[in-house]
Amino acid sequence: MRARTLVLAACVLLLLAVPPMATALGQLYYIDLIRRVMIFAIAAVSLNLILGYGGLVSFGHAAYLGVGGYSVGILAFYGVHNGWLQWSLAILASALVALVIGAISVRTRGIYFIMITLAFTQMLYYLGISVEEYGGDDGMRLKVKSQFSGLIDLNDPVASYYLALALLLGAIYLVNRLVNSRFGMVLRAAKSNEARSRAIGFSPYPYHLAAFVISGALCGLAGALLANHTAYITPAFMDWTRSGEIMFMVILGGMATAPGPALGAFALLVVEDLLAGLTQHWQVILGPLLVLCVLFFRRGLAGLLPGGGKHG
Amino acid sequence: MADAILEVRELRKSFGALAATDGISLEVREGETHAIIGPNGAGKTTLISQLAGNLRPDSGSIRFAGEDVTRLSAPQRAHKGFARSFQITSIYRDFSALDNVALAVQAHDGHSFRFWRAAREERALREPARAMLEEVGLGARAGVLAANLAHGEQRQLEVAMALATRPRLLLLDEPVAGMGLEESQRMVQFLSGLKGKRTIILVEHDMDAVFTLADRVSVLVYGRIIASGAPAEVRANPEVRRAYLGEES
Repeated sequence: MRARTLVLAACVLLLLAVPPMATALGQLYYIDLIRRVMIFAIAAVSLNLILGYGGLVSFGHAAYLGVGGYSVGILAFYGVHNGWLQWSLAILASALVALVIGAISVRTRGIYFIMITLAFTQMLYYLGISVEEYGGDDGMRLKVKSQFSGLIDLNDPVASYYLALALLLGAIYLVNRLVNSRFGMVLRAAKSNEARSRAIGFSPYPYHLAAFVISGALCGLAGALLANHTAYITPAFMDWTRSGEIMFMVILGGMATAPGPALGAFALLVVEDLLAGLTQHWQVILGPLLVLCVLFFRRGLAGLLPGGGKHG
Repeated sequence: MADAILEVRELRKSFGALAATDGISLEVREGETHAIIGPNGAGKTTLISQLAGNLRPDSGSIRFAGEDVTRLSAPQRAHKGFARSFQITSIYRDFSALDNVALAVQAHDGHSFRFWRAAREERALREPARAMLEEVGLGARAGVLAANLAHGEQRQLEVAMALATRPRLLLLDEPVAGMGLEESQRMVQFLSGLKGKRTIILVEHDMDAVFTLADRVSVLVYGRIIASGAPAEVRANPEVRRAYLGEES
């Protein structure tokens, strides 16, 4: 377990070192790339709570990226640039949307759950396309980034990089605390054997719903970050392929492991970026690569770390 | 019977044309071990599942401690004091033995909307769980992943989980099924230690176990109880011998 901690600490140090190294090498692009990766990593970490630990295969997690992003965008559209307000709304609105979607979908299991979460996200996607006020299909520009009482300037790529890093580490810590609490034990137990849980007196529904809401809220935060990162909000935030990507990050990195989703996000997006630099047909290479990963790393990338992919 | 803790009246459950439970009435007194025997397909597990709340009966009623529980779900009944073991061992295979029992303790220690403190560091959960593992003889195996326990140990673990909920009624579906001779003797010995302290409904094929443990025996054939009474009476009943025991003697 100690070797594992060392490896992970080295990863964090490496992330801390990216901005100065990129600046020294004159490769500012990498600050941007890794920041984007970390934002998606937060989304993956949030999905891991319900997918990895709860066994709820949500195929609509991009919805909350969209809700979080549009919360920031719409407030800014009406001249509200206060980041505290914007981001609080992003989290609250995502939690509320997750509450409604979850209240219905969490009653179902397996393929039905996948389809219902997908269907709700598609509804939001088409809602985004149809509202002309906010740019419809083309989306809307975020002319002014979120303002945090002068504490942090999101126009500064390095400052927003470190903000994303801090939030990512915070998200990993939060989810790790949650899954080891009584609440998390109920969640994981129900994934392991729901009949047994019911027999000893747990009704899984309220716990699943709460996890679904927390997961959505956290992903909404990632959405607020993403809106500031791209400075452009479009319905494509909620595209179903985006949901698939986030799910893939979790599975690739290692479900129900603390570092897995972040590892998955890095592997997927960095490899994607590298391949895209090599050839226009990068997807032809990425696809088989991912299939091989899933086949050979059963416990995900986190399973390759010292200490293996054990959750605990 | 005034002191019956469980009263089942005219319970019926059909699967298509098959009447798996065909008007069962049953009374179990507090502290009694009541065995239900019968040939394969008699509807024993269907009955247990209705008692535990996993299956909803088509008609009839189940009263427990004077309260109608017919429409309560399995988790609600668990909080009324029901606990069950399954015919096919049902445990949390990817958790340690201690975690398994600690979860059962947790299920009866208020709500679990506690998000921060590490559950595995809570003495209020771990200590009763450890004591219960000791009691069933799994004390030395507390840290072992449940999936890696021997079959008999897994059965013991399941009983430990049921007992950790401090049940008023224990529903055991073939607790010694698939066990070796020695294991099954140990389990029977353990269960006989519970006699009088717990109310137990026991479904079992192993006749030695049944006649050692049961205060009363009901014989279930094709969804009906054809005989009920003290073990010796039931064993002597000619109808029972013909329908069931006859094939063994």
